[in-house]
Amino acid sequence: MVKIKGTNKYKISFLLNQTKVEVIVKASAILLDVLREDLNLTGTKPGCNEGECGACTVLINGAAVNSCLYLAVNADGKEITTIEGLVNNESELDPIQNTLIENGAVQCGFCTSGMVMSIKSLQNYYISKNKSAKTKIAPTNQEIKKWLEGNLCRCTGYVKIIEAAEKLLTEKV
Amino acid sequence: MGELNKLKVIGTPVPKHDGKIRASGKAVYGHDIKLKDMLYGAILRTEHPCATIEKIDISKALKLKGVECIITAKDIDVNNIGYKRDHPILKSNEVNCERDEIAAVAAQTKEIAIKALQLIKVKYKVKKGIFDPFEALDLNSPKINSFNSGKFDNKNIAEVFKYSHGNIEEEKSKSKVHIKRRFTLPRVTHACLGTSNISAQYDKISGKLLLYSSTQVPFLYQRDMAHALKMNPSDIRVIQPVIGGGFGSKLDMYPFEPICALLSIKTGKPVQIIYSRKEEFLASPTRQPMIIDISCGADKNGSFTYRDIKIIKDNGAYTSWGATTPFVIMQAFSSLYKVAACNFEATAVYTNNVFAGSFRGYGNPQATFALERMIDLLADELKMSKSEIRLKNANFKGEITGQGLHYDTCGHKECLETVINKSNFNKSTKKSKEGRYKKGIGLASMLHVGGGAKIYRSDGCGTTVKIDPYGYCTVISGSNEIGQGSETVLAMIASEELGISLEKIKIINTDTDIKPWDVGVHASRTSFVAGNSLLGAINLLKIKLNKKAKELLDSKNDDFNYENGCIIDNTEDKSINLDKVVREMHFSEPNELAIASYFYEPSSQFQDKEFKGNVSGSYAFASQAIEVEVDTYTGNVNILNVYVAQDVGKVLNPLLLDGQIHGGILQGIGYAVSEEMIYKNGILQNPNFHNYKLLTASDIPQIHFFPIETNDKQGPYGAKGVGEAPLIPTAAAIANAVCDALEVEFLELPLTPERVLKAFNNKKKLIHEF
Repeated sequence: MVKIKGTNKYKISFLLNQTKVEVIVKASAILLDVLREDLNLTGTKPGCNEGECGACTVLINGAAVNSCLYLAVNADGKEITTIEGLVNNESELDPIQNTLIENGAVQCGFCTSGMVMSIKSLQNYYISKNKSAKTKIAPTNQEIKKWLEGNLCRCTGYVKIIEAAEKLLTEKV
Repeated sequence: MGELNKLKVIGTPVPKHDGKIRASGKAVYGHDIKLKDMLYGAILRTEHPCATIEKIDISKALKLKGVECIITAKDIDVNNIGYKRDHPILKSNEVNCERDEIAAVAAQTKEIAIKALQLIKVKYKVKKGIFDPFEALDLNSPKINSFNSGKFDNKNIAEVFKYSHGNIEEEKSKSKVHIKRRFTLPRVTHACLGTSNISAQYDKISGKLLLYSSTQVPFLYQRDMAHALKMNPSDIRVIQPVIGGGFGSKLDMYPFEPICALLSIKTGKPVQIIYSRKEEFLASPTRQPMIIDISCGADKNGSFTYRDIKIIKDNGAYTSWGATTPFVIMQAFSSLYKVAACNFEATAVYTNNVFAGSFRGYGNPQATFALERMIDLLADELKMSKSEIRLKNANFKGEITGQGLHYDTCGHKECLETVINKSNFNKSTKKSKEGRYKKGIGLASMLHVGGGAKIYRSDGCGTTVKIDPYGYCTVISGSNEIGQGSETVLAMIASEELGISLEKIKIINTDTDIKPWDVGVHASRTSFVAGNSLLGAINLLKIKLNKKAKELLDSKNDDFNYENGCIIDNTEDKSINLDKVVREMHFSEPNELAIASYFYEPSSQFQDKEFKGNVSGSYAFASQAIEVEVDTYTGNVNILNVYVAQDVGKVLNPLLLDGQIHGGILQGIGYAVSEEMIYKNGILQNPNFHNYKLLTASDIPQIHFFPIETNDKQGPYGAKGVGEAPLIPTAAAIANAVCDALEVEFLELPLTPERVLKAFNNKKKLIHEF
């Protein structure tokens, strides 16, 4: 991170969806705005800008974070994944995205990016947990619900989202 | 239309047609639109819910670098908005509720726009507001909305609806039991995950205005916008980007929308306004809060005799479509369960609260709560079982209700029987006197329009369908997608009828310059009305296709099947590719397009001046039995099981239907136990998700859904509207269950832990004192 002389701006660099990016941001800039405005990645959604709804969830070093509460300068040197980064070879959806669609878990879709990222972080958590374990375990229904508590959805009643997450995480952790 | 027993696509769990684009983050919502040279708009709202504006000073704000335009009421030549035209877009002399718009800024960045708002100085003369509708009705109270046309005796009445059937006095004399209660319903909000937004682009040379708007009713909106801005409606093009939740919140046009257009007209540049979450809470329309006075009776056999209802609705400072919710409310009282006589009066009263709008269910959750609580009380008084009294009075097929609704199909009794059986409702539950957790079960039904609602001059929808020379189909539908899945249902219908695979079907439905007229997405009407409209267009198209196929196949037959991209003559065992037929239509004489348009108007009628008439093409019924467990230490209500049976006519897509049921029920549970906008002197105290309690993934009960298929002849493949129904009886069934668990009574919602604990402790105290 380099401070730009005579300004309150910083040049930061981080790994964004597997690609190294450099961007100049204000000290007060929020990661969500930098992603959406400066880097044109509008898949990450602004739902409340106060860390309550989870629509803006991204992965920072593999863990789910509300990007609306995260200062962009803190992203310097880290690895960030957004919803756009889950699509392999720019055409193949992540199994989480496909499972949500096939299970009818997407309605208006405004919460979906955040939901997908939260489920991805739970998957990452269990994959790393299972690496050192003798027998593989998957999260329980209760754990999934608890994990997704920070992602609000007004359309689906969560039922299909939880079903999809359970189906996926039983197979892929 | 394909024969019901041979359906290949309809009735199958087809995933959302546009699911991939939404789940991959590629969908463009209003929040994602970026136009060249676009400015950012922001709105200054009042600090006081009731005040006179003495001076607005924008001089400092105008000097701020990056500010391109500031408007106040004196800078604009516009008409009032709202269906009663009682709502100025920007307020000049007085403000009447917390959300009132005083000035608007367009600036180069969002930050500058917000900074400019802080530099605008407004001098107010603060007045004492009126926040209680009964106080507003007091003849000594001042007139709240100065634009109220004064159609009614009282200056603060916005709208009155009166209805009656049967002879109330006669029915009273036949009654063995009479119950009278007052119920109070709270103000709740839609809380769409995507906040309100608009982008406006005015072109000074052509004089045309392009709006990217998340309205649910683009054609009415185009007309309303034109009236507000004194423009020609056809010079306004409305494009709907992907919408982040509707639920009725986008049925009206609101001041921020013409404000955005005006900023674009003044600057000649595109302008975008996006609400913050706080703004969404305090400046969106709400569900109507209301006070329902109801008395009703039953005879010794438990037959319902009469219902006498007086409702005071808190209209807020202005009138939106929400003031017309009594259309639906009176249906529940007049026609849900058989009832010999009904008197109904609903009055919408101006106050200095924010104005109420329309919200999924359109008054019906409030009405159903009051009615279904009363039915439990009647059953208790008669010492009858709560299931028996409902079954005895259930609506039936062929019934014409006192209000003139024709139930050509009716699954009410089957819905009731299903949830009663599945929930084991009648098992004797001995209530334990001791113990912290107490279980209870409650039952409620609902009636809602299931085939549109003829409230405007037309309840119709237009569709154009075309097939291209490659065998792909484009459906241009007047109706639009707001997340509910209508695109998927339309694609399924086209696939079913034309034998074209789903991935070859494209839905165009977002542009008023292209699509045919439709009244809008509301009243659970889209699958029914837009579905029938598409079927009509396909029938017309098939006449053309059949003619060409007959010629090309040299058939004697006039009847063809459409399967796997082919047109098939089954009797002569001949077939031809659909794309080839289309090419021949285009390229050989008489050279015509494979295209057809159709306008579908439901068979429903306008109601007369007394609100009598068959207002919908079909009626939907549902029953829910809900089991709860109440923690008597904390007052927390835990919803365990929801058994729901709904007369959907015919299941078009079980996957999407489940989604409507689950989502609706969860909104209903929120209405029952956790959601409430808390106001103090007209100022919202909880404008955030932290203190306005939406339910989360951890709060979901077990939902057991049983679709009831009654195959309504009017509906596409027999289907009825489903969208609003699932949330309508939920709060009523939960309240009945909590009353059952604690043997107490509740007269208001939501059943927060505080209210539950208070009711329980009061009862204990009473027993103790006794």
